[in-house]
Amino acid sequence: MTQKRLIQKIAFISFGLISLMVVGLLFAILGFIAIRGIKVISWEFLTAMPDDGMTKGGIFPAIVGTGCLVLGSMIFAFPIGVLSGIYTHEYLKDSWFKRFIRVMTNNLSGIPSIVFGLFGMALFVNYLEFGDSIIAGSLTLGLLTLPVVIRTTEEALKSVDDTLRMGSYALGATKLQTIRRVVLPVAYPNIITGLILSIGRVSGETAPILFTVAAYFLPKLPGSISDQVMALPYHLYVLATSGTNMEESRPMAYGTAFVLISIILIINTIASLIRRRLHKKVKMN
Amino acid sequence: MIQAEAKNANVWYGDFHALKNVNMSFEPSSVTALIGPSGCGKSTFLRLFNRMNDLISNFKLEGSITVDGQNIYAKDAKIDEIRKTIGMVFQKPNPFPKSIYENVAYGLRVNGINDRRTLDEVVERSLKQAALWEEVKDNLKKSAMAISGGQQQRLCIARALAVEPKLILMDEPASALDPISTAKIEELIFELKKSFTIIIVTHNLQQAGRISDYTGFFYLGDLIEHDHTQKMFLNPAQERTQNYITGRFG
Amino acid sequence: MKKFKKLVEYFVEAVLFSSSTITSLTVILIVIFLFREGIGMFNSSPLEQNFVIVVSQKNPVQELNATQIKAIFNQDIVNWSAVGGAKDSIILFTTNDITNYYSEEELGSSLENLPAKLNDFILENPGAIMYISSKSLPPNFAGHKLAVKKIGVADFVFGEQWYPTSEPIPSYGIWPMIIGTLMVTLGALLFAIPLGIATAIFMAEVASMRIRNLLKPIIELLAGIPSVVFGFFGLIIIVPLVQKTFGLVVGETVLAGSIVLGIMALPTIITITEDALRTTPQALKEASLALGATRWQTLVRVVVPYAKSGISTAIILGIGRAIGETMAVLMVTGNSSNIPHSFLVPARTIPATIAAELGEAPYGGLHFKALFALGIVLFIFTIIVNSSVEFIKNRSRRA
Repeated sequence: MTQKRLIQKIAFISFGLISLMVVGLLFAILGFIAIRGIKVISWEFLTAMPDDGMTKGGIFPAIVGTGCLVLGSMIFAFPIGVLSGIYTHEYLKDSWFKRFIRVMTNNLSGIPSIVFGLFGMALFVNYLEFGDSIIAGSLTLGLLTLPVVIRTTEEALKSVDDTLRMGSYALGATKLQTIRRVVLPVAYPNIITGLILSIGRVSGETAPILFTVAAYFLPKLPGSISDQVMALPYHLYVLATSGTNMEESRPMAYGTAFVLISIILIINTIASLIRRRLHKKVKMN
Repeated sequence: MIQAEAKNANVWYGDFHALKNVNMSFEPSSVTALIGPSGCGKSTFLRLFNRMNDLISNFKLEGSITVDGQNIYAKDAKIDEIRKTIGMVFQKPNPFPKSIYENVAYGLRVNGINDRRTLDEVVERSLKQAALWEEVKDNLKKSAMAISGGQQQRLCIARALAVEPKLILMDEPASALDPISTAKIEELIFELKKSFTIIIVTHNLQQAGRISDYTGFFYLGDLIEHDHTQKMFLNPAQERTQNYITGRFG
Repeated sequence: MKKFKKLVEYFVEAVLFSSSTITSLTVILIVIFLFREGIGMFNSSPLEQNFVIVVSQKNPVQELNATQIKAIFNQDIVNWSAVGGAKDSIILFTTNDITNYYSEEELGSSLENLPAKLNDFILENPGAIMYISSKSLPPNFAGHKLAVKKIGVADFVFGEQWYPTSEPIPSYGIWPMIIGTLMVTLGALLFAIPLGIATAIFMAEVASMRIRNLLKPIIELLAGIPSVVFGFFGLIIIVPLVQKTFGLVVGETVLAGSIVLGIMALPTIITITEDALRTTPQALKEASLALGATRWQTLVRVVVPYAKSGISTAIILGIGRAIGETMAVLMVTGNSSNIPHSFLVPARTIPATIAAELGEAPYGGLHFKALFALGIVLFIFTIIVNSSVEFIKNRSRRA
């Protein structure tokens, strides 16, 4: 009889150790990049153009480029995604059409990012003749994040208690009024948090921008949305695998990885801070 | 002789004092009903006897709970052994998503008994005791999810009986059932009383009156009164008991 | 006023409706454009556009397939009789060879005499096979074009050679990539499934609330790390580690890819498995514990069986993530286009091939189309993955 408790003990301890290992992996990756990357970080690194076969100077154009792409894709994906989420959750009754949209959204979110790259190149770059440009890259990234934004919105709406809606209808409010005045105010902390997290996702994507916008080396800032730009994740790829002088550009690669990781850490932190802040506010009102 | 006993039992959930200094004992082969308004602590009290409250993270107990003369909250108490000797039937029927047979055999299997013949015998005996055998004997391989709610609840009783407990805890076992199924469960409890000690939480005062030998009335974490059911219902010592039983609050 | 309000409601609903169709529209457009660019791959001659293979008019051979042409130009076949012609030895000729036969003066300063000279060559060498630009063919050419067998779907999928730029005839067989993708994915899962499920179980059933609240954001963070950072980490740490441990010449191997991909698939598997485990009703767990089962027994016999459709979903989505992953794999698997026969050799995957080669493939050329066709294959893989998830969901809903 003590045997079954022994088995339990062994199992639970080994599962705990495995979990510790998984956490350890994460810290190994973060630590490895932080320790080697932080030495490279300087004001110059963040604000100067790359120089000398990308072994010196900074990564300013890549930071700006990633900023442009994030902004562009969000302008596209946020409104459409949130509206779409509201429609499927609040308006659509359970029907084949709702199921169809849901299956399609799931399908879209399962499509590998490199296929988005192919698609973006075929549609935006070649067919619509945008060329390699911020607009083509942003739209491709926007489509990639759309399912995430939709799902976030739906989850947030789902967490709103149905009795609130009923209460509003009972007072003679229309559907739109109910959504605008009752549902969205309760749901929006979660929506905002989800949107911010999707920014993190977009800023790290490489495959979709390979053939739609990313420049190998372009030491100037973009002038319009039809310009190419450098981007942090692609720049890291280039530095790590195909720089002109790999050994000497390695520190640059660590620095770039550090900046990329930091951006994502900062975004995640902001998201959880906002979530906490807004939740408190909603409760107080 | 006493089958189970609570001495000076105090329970906290965090800062909330859920049970206040409760003393209560249970005779073998008796049915005790615990009654009281929602949130009065009667379910918490019931769940002390198989340490089910341990699953709640900020639960704290002072005082002692003994079953068969053994303190089940002692440091060296073996929680799964204890639970094995105490059967529990829950509010809603909660059969495992397995066959009828496997549901009843579960308690034996987790205690290392896998001999086919023993299992067959115990399954048959338990289902008979739970008055379900005649209805399911040809369909033992059928999924337990596919039978009616009343049958599921009797299956859950059979499942509890299979490990031969001494004490059976029932947490509103008929509250989710229709009147006919409820009658069957009550009949069953009456039968089971002959060989088991039963503690039952119920919201239904008539039910408490029909099936129990003793009744305990809980209010806001206090055990207000505990006596023979007859006396409790006809001539309670406390005014609050009287008010509750006559439906003036609750 | 009332009418106006109603109009607004309708208008808003119309806007919402149109937004909700965008995802479906995108999926359809992706299908259309992948096929539009990639389908031209099939039923077209494997020869580069504007190039032809010609033989003497006297030569009875009318058609050859890609393998035969390749063998001829590799000089594995040296006599026409091997491909159904006369007993003549084969004389190879490509445009680059022209200066071996004719001087620059003879050809003219802007190669204006090239067509005539090509004509002379074929008249003088009836055994010749020539790979030349169709523009330089003279009007009354003394040779005829060889028909080249078209690329079929089976040639593409099961072909074992991928030499997209070799001359005179490229080969577009993606079998090595299919095997490479499957092996890297399999390796990743062997590593990620046990670790992921164990961690999920620990979080859902073993750890205290406090530890769980600590682990959850860490796992989310792991999911948020960009794949190129994983690739970079793999390149600097895992690749040398694999190389040293197994004493290999190169560390960029299927194994390195599997480890990196495994780490990347972990968050998906952990999160979804944990959610699935959490859906097990408390009442079932209590019933099991009340019968004297330990928490471990309850977990194995009640919780895991109850959550098994959710766990399968987690595994399949993990597969999806692994199959489609591009940058990390591209950086650590070595990208050899041979079929990998073990986990310790380089390999390349479908996504990595697209990422590595699309930039160099001329727009609209056969290589370009072949990469889009690879995209179609990848797309089909993901549709299979998604459909299995839907299938499992529907089945568990009905049960």
